[in-house]
Amino acid sequence: MMSNTTQATAAAPAAAPIHSVDEPRGGDPRPATATAVKIKARDVNVYYGDKHALKHVDLDINENEVTALIGPSGCGKSTFLRCLNRMNDVIDSCRVVGDITLDEADIYDPSLDVVQLRARVGMVFQKPNPFPKSIYDNVAYGPRIHGLAHNKADIDDIVRQSLERAGLLKEVHDRLDQPGTGLSGGQQQRLCIARAIAVNPEVILMDEPCSALDPIATARIEELIDELRENFTIVIVTHSMQQAARVSQRTAFFHLGDLVEVGNTEQIFTNPKDSRTQGYITGRFG
Amino acid sequence: MQTMIVILALTGLALIGYMTGRGRSLVLARGVTPLHSLPSYHGLYVAFWVGIPALLVLVLWLVIEPRIIEWIVLDGLPSGTVDGLAADRVGLLLNDIRNTASGNIASQKDNPVIEAAATQLNNLRAIGFVLMAVSCAIAGTGGLVLAQRRIAPGLRARNSVERTIHIILILSSMIAILTTVGIVLSLVFESWRFFTKVPIWDFLFGLDWSPQTALRADQVGSSGAFGAVPLIAGTMLITFIAMMVAAPVGLMSAIYMAEYADPRFRAVAKPMLEILAGIPTVVYGFFAALTVAPAIRGWGESIGLSVSSESALAAGVVMGIMIIPFVSSLSDDVINAVPQSLRDGSYALGATRSETITSVIIPAALPGIVGAVLLAVSRAIGETMIVVMAAGLAANLTINPLEAVTTVTVQIVTLLVGDQEFDSAKTLSAFALGLMLFVITLALNVIALYVVRKYREKYD
Repeated sequence: MMSNTTQATAAAPAAAPIHSVDEPRGGDPRPATATAVKIKARDVNVYYGDKHALKHVDLDINENEVTALIGPSGCGKSTFLRCLNRMNDVIDSCRVVGDITLDEADIYDPSLDVVQLRARVGMVFQKPNPFPKSIYDNVAYGPRIHGLAHNKADIDDIVRQSLERAGLLKEVHDRLDQPGTGLSGGQQQRLCIARAIAVNPEVILMDEPCSALDPIATARIEELIDELRENFTIVIVTHSMQQAARVSQRTAFFHLGDLVEVGNTEQIFTNPKDSRTQGYITGRFG
Repeated sequence: MQTMIVILALTGLALIGYMTGRGRSLVLARGVTPLHSLPSYHGLYVAFWVGIPALLVLVLWLVIEPRIIEWIVLDGLPSGTVDGLAADRVGLLLNDIRNTASGNIASQKDNPVIEAAATQLNNLRAIGFVLMAVSCAIAGTGGLVLAQRRIAPGLRARNSVERTIHIILILSSMIAILTTVGIVLSLVFESWRFFTKVPIWDFLFGLDWSPQTALRADQVGSSGAFGAVPLIAGTMLITFIAMMVAAPVGLMSAIYMAEYADPRFRAVAKPMLEILAGIPTVVYGFFAALTVAPAIRGWGESIGLSVSSESALAAGVVMGIMIIPFVSSLSDDVINAVPQSLRDGSYALGATRSETITSVIIPAALPGIVGAVLLAVSRAIGETMIVVMAAGLAANLTINPLEAVTTVTVQIVTLLVGDQEFDSAKTLSAFALGLMLFVITLALNVIALYVVRKYREKYD
C-alpha cells in the first residue's frame, strides 16, 4: 500500500501515461466508450442498522469493460459491489434502497430469483475461498447446481475450459482430483475465478482479488482480468491505485459512502475534477 | 481434624512469609541496585519456602506415622499374642485395638491386653501429633529464615517461582493421569482373576449369560455361564436404536440452529436444548419405564405384535432423546466453525441455502460431525440408568427390538448390588465386563479423535 501510493504520487502530477508501452495491452484498440451500459445504479442507499453506509450512488457499469472502485477503507466500495449480486442479503442488519438494473431489469424486484441473478453475476472474494473439495469438484460445483451439463463429458469440458480460461489448466491438469485447498494462494484465487467463470456469468465482481497475494501472483491475475474483459463485464474493488490504473477502463472513487467521481481511468488519474480524488490518488489521505 | 489445624497454621505462616518477603524486598528496592524480580515474587518465593517443605514433612508423617505406631503397639503386646497368627488375623487384632482406642464397638471388648494396647495407642497418637506439629513448625520457620536471608536485589525470585508453579501444575495433571492408570490396572488385575476361573474364550464368545453360581459345594444350582455375547448384542442393539434417534434429529437440529434459526429464536432454543442434557438420567429412566415402554407395548398390541413390557425399543428411544443434545451441540459448534467465506463463495455461485449446506458445509464439517456421533455412541454404550430401569435383565440373544434385552452396564449393576463375596466368578465377572466396556469406548474415542484429526481441514 505504501509503495503503491508513493509511486502514484510520482506519476500523477506529471500526467504520465497510465498504460506504458511495455504493458501487454498497451496498444489496445478496443474503445472504452462505445459499449452499452450493463448495470445501472440509481440513488442507491445502503444501511447497516442505523449506519448509512452508502449514500445516493448513481453509477453505470459498461459492458465488456473493467470498472475499478477505489477509495479509502470503509468508504462503501465493497458494500456497493455486494449490492450488485445481492450478497448483502446474507447480512441480517443490511438494508438496500434504490434501483439497480441489470440489462434494464430491476435486480431487487421481489419476483426475481436471487439464484438466477447470482448465476449471471459471479463473484471473486478478497481471500481465496476454494471449497474443501477436489480442484475438479470446485469448478464443477456451479455447473452442477445450475444443471448446465447433462453428462459427465459436458462437465469435463466445462471444467477444462474454465481452468484454461483462468490460466490454471497447465499447472493442475494432472492433479484435478487433489484438494483445491492444497494449491498456492495465487493458484487458489485463479481456481476461484475458474469456479466463477464455469457458470458462464455475464458480470464478474471482484472484491480486492489480489490483496492476499504476492506481486507475481498479482501480475498473473491482472493479466487474466484483462483477458477476461473480452467476454465478461468486470467490476473490481481495489486498494492499489496502480492496479486500478493498469486493469480498468473506468474508475469510480468512493469516499465516506459518497460516490465522489467517476470517469475514464486515464482522466481520473491524470486530471481528477474533485479535490478529494486528487488528494486520494496523490496519497494525501486514504 | 488435628491435621487441619496444622495445615491452617502452615497457611498462616506462609502468608506471613509472603508479607515479610515482600516487605523486605521493598526495603531493598529503596537501595541503589534495582531488584531483579518484582516484590510480589520475593514474597511468593518466601511463601513457597515456608509452605512446601513443611507440607512435604506433613505428608510423609501422615504416611509413615500410623505404621510406626502399629509396629510399636504390636511389639508391646504380651509375648505370644501375635506369634503364629496369620497376617489377616493380626489385622483383625489391630482393628480391635483401633476400635477400642476410638471408643467404637470392638469384638473383644473386655480383653485387658487389648484395653492396654488401646491406651498405649492413644498415648502414642497424642505424642505423634505433637511431634508432627513441632517438626512442621521447624520446617516452616526454617524455610522462612533461610528464604529471608537469601532475599537480595540480585535474587532470581521470579524464575524460581515460575519453576515451582510449573512443577505444581505437572503434579496436578499427574494425579489425574495416575488415577486413570490405577483404575485401569485394578480392572485388569481383577479381570485376570476372573479369567483364571472362566476361560477367556468362553467369556468373549459364549452365547449364554447366567451368572448364578452355587454358593456352597453341596448346593444344588447352576454352575454359571459367562458368555458375554448376549450382553454385547443387547448393548449394541440399544445403542443402535439410540443413534437412529439421536444422530438424525441431533444433526438436523444443529443445522437448523446454525444455518437457519433467527438469532432471537436461537438464543432461546439452544439453552432449552441443552437443558435436556441436564436432566438426570434416572429421570429419563423412569420416563422410559413408566411412560414409553407401556405406550410402545400398547401400540404394538393394538396392531397385533407381541411386545414385552421392558423392550429394547423403549430404552433405546429414550436414550436417543437423552443423547440428542450431545450430537446437536457438538455438531453446531463444528458447523459454526466452517468459515463464512465458504458460505459466501457458494452463495455467490447461485447456490441455495440447502445446496450450500449439503454440498459445502456438511462435507467441510463432516470430520467434526463424525467425531460428535462417535462420542455420543460411546456415551450410549456406557449409559446405565435408563437401561437398568427400562431394558430388563433377561440376557436374550436377539435383534428384535420389541423383546427385552440386557446390557453390559445393567449386568455390572446387578452383579455388584447387595452382599457379595469377592472371590467368586460371579462378582469378578463384573470387572471383566467393565474392562471390556472400557476397551470398547476407548477404541471408539481413539477412532473418533483419529477421524477428526485426519480429515480436519485447516482454516486460518
